[in-house]
Amino acid sequence: MNEAHVIDALRHVMDPEIPTLSVVDLGMITGVVETDAGVRVRLLPTFVSCPATSVISANIKEQLERSGFGNVEVELDTEHSWSSDRITDRGRELLTAFGLGAPVQIEGVLDMDQIEHATCPHCGSTDTVMNSMFGSTLCRSIHFCNNCKQGFERFKPL
Amino acid sequence: MSEAIKELLYKMGDDALVLGHRNSEWTGLGPILEEDIAFSSLAQDQIGHALALYTLLEKEFAEPDPDRIAFGRDEMQYKCCHFVELPIGEYDFSLMRDFLFDHAEQCRFTSLQGSSFAPLAALAKKIKGELKYHTLHGDLWVTKLGNGTEESHARMQSALNECMRFALGMFEPGEFENELIESGVFIGENALQQEWLAAITPIIEKAGLTMPDLSKIEAEYGGRKGYHTEYLAPMLEEMTEVYRSEEPTAVW
Repeated sequence: MNEAHVIDALRHVMDPEIPTLSVVDLGMITGVVETDAGVRVRLLPTFVSCPATSVISANIKEQLERSGFGNVEVELDTEHSWSSDRITDRGRELLTAFGLGAPVQIEGVLDMDQIEHATCPHCGSTDTVMNSMFGSTLCRSIHFCNNCKQGFERFKPL
Repeated sequence: MSEAIKELLYKMGDDALVLGHRNSEWTGLGPILEEDIAFSSLAQDQIGHALALYTLLEKEFAEPDPDRIAFGRDEMQYKCCHFVELPIGEYDFSLMRDFLFDHAEQCRFTSLQGSSFAPLAALAKKIKGELKYHTLHGDLWVTKLGNGTEESHARMQSALNECMRFALGMFEPGEFENELIESGVFIGENALQQEWLAAITPIIEKAGLTMPDLSKIEAEYGGRKGYHTEYLAPMLEEMTEVYRSEEPTAVW
């Protein structure tokens, strides 16, 4: 087994709620281990209550087995805590292209400033206001851009 | 030791499940769209936290699976405090309740990050970050409405007065309190209550509200021992209806 090949295959497993973002770009993969029968992947869930975790696990298993990695086990990583800081630079670009604001880096401290101040994914302006810290999914908040006069959602910093 | 940790996990899980169910009753009825979404999200988080705590019970202590814990018990087996059982009432009450509850949870999970029971410490670290959104939401609206109009101020003050004896019931000491403290699993309910008071007092002041005189309030205890308000049984009846209508092991 070549770990890089597994990671490449995992780039095709998307977040069901943000279909341009893969589990690799979300920083959800914390380990790839060879087993007797195939491979075991460690998956770090994002939000504790995210309903997509079980779908993502099933999709990883399906994708890797189809790619010929043998029997695939997905183990939830309950040891570490996911943070939005784990989203890759490429992931941030993909989020913006998808129309979702990217989270700022929080480096372990989350405050109201970081939650409120979002960059508009449509025009790039930082002249925005937050309408609600809860959005259509657990990982999104709702904002409005004063520059291009459009509402937008943003991936929450966590 | 395991009985003590189990008791702790059950009461935390039950608080989260029951308040999560209550908050979900705002879905479609919120006073404004953003608050409808906020309470629905709070509910989703809280039910997810209950699931995570029940999963620890299953994995670490061979208790029944989380669905059975959530839906397959008798009223006396639930260890939630009375505060979370109360009906949602008006928005001012629900908001004040969540504000007081979220800060208690924030204090609880912050202290549990250092728990000697490693699986709970790891979960606490994870949940703590998400709770930041809950407490900031409560702080924002309590401050806004406390300093709003004469009516909004009066309603928030009366909600606070009404909530307090129930809120103090969140810190009802358990049977294994000393054991949990001595083994470093949990700092104990008394210490937690002090941290909670230190967290909420400045916000209440910032909101222009008056903290009720706690020395004159008798806390509503009983929930941790399985004695509940008249509101829990009908809520459980509704919450477990689907589960009870099928074979408990049915897959759907």
